[in-house]
Amino acid sequence: MARVVVDVMLKPEILDPQGQAVQRALPRLGFEGISDVRQGKRFELEVDGPVDEAALARIHDLAESFLANTVIEDFTVRVEEVAEAAK
Amino acid sequence: MTARIGVVTFPGSLDDRDTQRAIRVAGAEPVALWHKDKDLKQVDAVVLCGGFSYGDYLRAGAIARFSPVMDTVIDQAKAGLPVLGICNGFQILTEAHLLPGGMLGNDHLHFICRDQKLRVENADTAWTTDYEAGQEIHIPLKNMDGRYVADQRTLDELEAEGRVAFRYLGFNPNGSLNDIAGITNAAGNVVGLMPHPEHAVESLIGTGRTDGLPFFTSILKKLVNA
Amino acid sequence: MSKTPLDTVEHAAATPDVELPWAELGLKKDEYERVVEILGRRPTGAELAMYSVMWSEHCSYKSSKVHLRQFGEKAPESDALLVGIGENAGVVDVGQGYAVTFKVESHNHPSYVEPYQGAATGVGGIVRDIIAMGARPVAVVDPLRFGAADHPDTKRVLPGVVAGIGGYGNCLGLPNIGGEVVFDACYQGNPLVNAGAIGVMRHEDIHLAKASGAGNKVILYGARTGGDGIGGASILASETFDDAKPSKRPAVQVGDPFQEKLLIECTLEAFAEKLVVGIQDLGAAGLSCATSELASNGSGGMSVTLDDVPLRDSTLSPEEILMSESQERMCAVVEPDKVDRFLEICDKWDVIATVIGEVTDGDRLEIFWHGEKIVDVDPRTVAHDGPVYERPYARPSWQDELQADDANKLPRPATGEELKDQVLKLVGSPNQASKQWITQQYDHFVQGNTVLAQPEDSGMIRIDEASGLGVAIATDGNGRYAKLDPYTGAQLALAEAYRNVATTGAKPLAVSDCLNFGSPEDPAVMWQFAEAVRGLADGCKQLGTPVTGGNVSLYNQTGEAAIHPTPVVAVLGVIDDVARRTPVAFQEEGQLLYLLGDTREEFGGSAWSQVIHDHLGGLPPKVDLERERLLGEILISASRDGMIDSAHDLSDGGLIQAVVESALLGGKGARLVVPDGLDAFTFLFSESAGRAVVAVPRSEEVRFNDMCGARGLPVTRIGVVDGDTVEVQGEFSLPLADLREAHEGTIPALLA
Repeated sequence: MARVVVDVMLKPEILDPQGQAVQRALPRLGFEGISDVRQGKRFELEVDGPVDEAALARIHDLAESFLANTVIEDFTVRVEEVAEAAK
Repeated sequence: MTARIGVVTFPGSLDDRDTQRAIRVAGAEPVALWHKDKDLKQVDAVVLCGGFSYGDYLRAGAIARFSPVMDTVIDQAKAGLPVLGICNGFQILTEAHLLPGGMLGNDHLHFICRDQKLRVENADTAWTTDYEAGQEIHIPLKNMDGRYVADQRTLDELEAEGRVAFRYLGFNPNGSLNDIAGITNAAGNVVGLMPHPEHAVESLIGTGRTDGLPFFTSILKKLVNA
Repeated sequence: MSKTPLDTVEHAAATPDVELPWAELGLKKDEYERVVEILGRRPTGAELAMYSVMWSEHCSYKSSKVHLRQFGEKAPESDALLVGIGENAGVVDVGQGYAVTFKVESHNHPSYVEPYQGAATGVGGIVRDIIAMGARPVAVVDPLRFGAADHPDTKRVLPGVVAGIGGYGNCLGLPNIGGEVVFDACYQGNPLVNAGAIGVMRHEDIHLAKASGAGNKVILYGARTGGDGIGGASILASETFDDAKPSKRPAVQVGDPFQEKLLIECTLEAFAEKLVVGIQDLGAAGLSCATSELASNGSGGMSVTLDDVPLRDSTLSPEEILMSESQERMCAVVEPDKVDRFLEICDKWDVIATVIGEVTDGDRLEIFWHGEKIVDVDPRTVAHDGPVYERPYARPSWQDELQADDANKLPRPATGEELKDQVLKLVGSPNQASKQWITQQYDHFVQGNTVLAQPEDSGMIRIDEASGLGVAIATDGNGRYAKLDPYTGAQLALAEAYRNVATTGAKPLAVSDCLNFGSPEDPAVMWQFAEAVRGLADGCKQLGTPVTGGNVSLYNQTGEAAIHPTPVVAVLGVIDDVARRTPVAFQEEGQLLYLLGDTREEFGGSAWSQVIHDHLGGLPPKVDLERERLLGEILISASRDGMIDSAHDLSDGGLIQAVVESALLGGKGARLVVPDGLDAFTFLFSESAGRAVVAVPRSEEVRFNDMCGARGLPVTRIGVVDGDTVEVQGEFSLPLADLREAHEGTIPALLA
């Protein structure tokens, strides 16, 4: 079994007030030197069977049509190996 | 004769009964439509009402957009069926790409509920002929994700073609670009806006104004005279 | 890893000497011994879980019960009461075949730990109580109390609570029409988050929590069951029974308003088709409570197979499943031939529904796990026969000293200029300032029936479009008054809520309450509680408004310091035609302002004493409930007959606060004249009860005066609606713009 991660971020030109709110809080919490924060979404898809090119292409379509709204958001798709859960 | 106007109920729709009442108050016949049903029951127009369809999970309107009923709404809207999207309905229309741009969280990060002043910018759409261009009206606004965004080219296009239908006046309640409260498609049959005209149709209720009623009388006249 | 054997009933009977962690589950030794006595053996782990949670203070009212009985014993004769105390919520007849159910509950402790989810799940719980009565929820109200407005932690708690209430209630499509926001340092480590809801139904649709009819199926529907809110039960699971478990599960419950919205629609559809024999929501104590209450209120017993409960977490033990407080779940009892249709409706709304058991002939509640019986109890002993304590109570030694510290002796403003400064300070103080920054995060308009919403004196909802029949609700409480004198304080809360309902033109019908106090183990707190309940019961009897139900929240304290005793009272009223409602805002210039009632030098516990002198002492204002009733009758008649077109009750902040609010809401000023026999300071700031300010059109002046005169209500002409200032002749004049800045700027500056 493999995990595919889809990260969705607002496009760079779109205002992200949540990210800004986080950034504004940083100096108060004593974190210096962070000039920008943007907040996004992470989807973890547990895929049955092999993650081959065809599977990735399907997930790419899924991300483009559903998980992200490409009018306002960008996305990336990557495969993450799942370590066997320690029993 | 009167017109039959459908109101779609998605799981999490909230203003479906209110919208049906507004249609009745205007003198038309409301028809309840169900999200799982592709059949539009031969209505003359459709309203996608406010609420939190699917809890606004993923993105406001993103899951409802893939309901069976939307397949038919999208096809028929492209063929000229009048469609009005209010609040969550507006969000669904942008997710369905029947209207350009997208909706994001309010810039102040809070839900906001207020009596909002608007200017009618386009009184030629299927839903706005009972207004006059430039008319100033008050319509209740209540949303979490009301910030209209689009790229510069789309904004320029909307402005150039007069497709900004409503603009916030005095106070921009959510950070919408160009103070946009509502837009129309090029044909003028599909209109979306964040404020809630169905909550401004009776003099005693809500803010006590009836500035929202012309949405429903406009479409009724258009359909009856068609 | 070795697994201990399942603690079945048989196993428990065979192993009498096994020690169970009753103390860790919050039971006292004598309570545990009582369980053993009832069962005739030691309880199983699952049984212990059920008894411990159902016999907790929260579920059993063991400390408060002996006092709460007065609400029944002193209940006034009332034709309006259809369902009284003891059910999920009381039900009131409002005429034309309609019944209204309403209730207020506390979610104080969870909201301090996790403000957003604590407040959100508070709304969820009260709304399920309303649905469980058979009603469609039509509105919510939220009485809230926080620590000092400028305390850093208030900035954590308040925005979270408000966002949680909005996030949940807005998503359910329930207009938020009333409530309160109060700041006081006594609530610093213990905010009060009370949530109220109203529902409407036809008389014939009233449903009750009972399981009758052997063979009827028990259906659990809604969210899957997870490990929410079972910190206590996990002790059973982990430390005693299965060491491999995480030692504690989180106590915070997370709400899913979307799931709840589906639950509302699917339940109402099942009601409409008359598929439901009995129903209960799952709140505190989850399945333990739902099964034992349904079974004990019905005629038979119940058998439940716990393996059939849909789980979100497959590692849950049976004890944990019984105690889980996962939100958005309900339990219905359905006749066998209607089960299919019930499941079909759930499926339509994408709600998971599972038959988990059935009503049986006997009188036992039996619960099975993996084919073995793990619970075999008389459900009444779980649900109703919990311990009852007569806790010692005593008037605290400091009460006399507090009352002797007379607020009437505080230094008063000497000049018009000083008066003016103090007026600005008062209307801009956090407690008196506009709460718009908060209330605009709530949807007021949804459902399209909202006639009045905050900051009006009461929220009002139309319930019949054709006739205009409507209901009004107001919630009030004043911990400062109650601290000075709990008996009078409770009556003042009742009087204010009653007056607020009448001010909008509605006739008060019934009362619900949420009683927030400190630890019942402190005799001083117990005295405050006893006095407040006695005051409220006596007051309701005199006003003819029965208590239909309520909620008690104890242990509201930080360390040794209890909160002010804070009885919050909700009054429900009815209005025949909402077109006759009276708003707070001044409507037209030139109208005459009248003060109704008597004004005395009463400053104990007042807003003025708090804002100007940071003082709490003396006696609260006197209560005259006969006067309140007369004032209410006058306000209702005047509204019905069109003699007034604006009215505002006088309470904290006194007359000037009320006039400023009416002026700012209407965008019209007022010229006031200090009446003969009163000094300007007392006129403006006194908090004497039983008063209101009304605006009378000149054409109605004679008729209005005649009516008040004939009925013996003191009435004083105090000025006129006029201009864009609030002016007190010979003293000062304040522009509306300055008042608005002071009144509306405070809360955003502190919290935004």
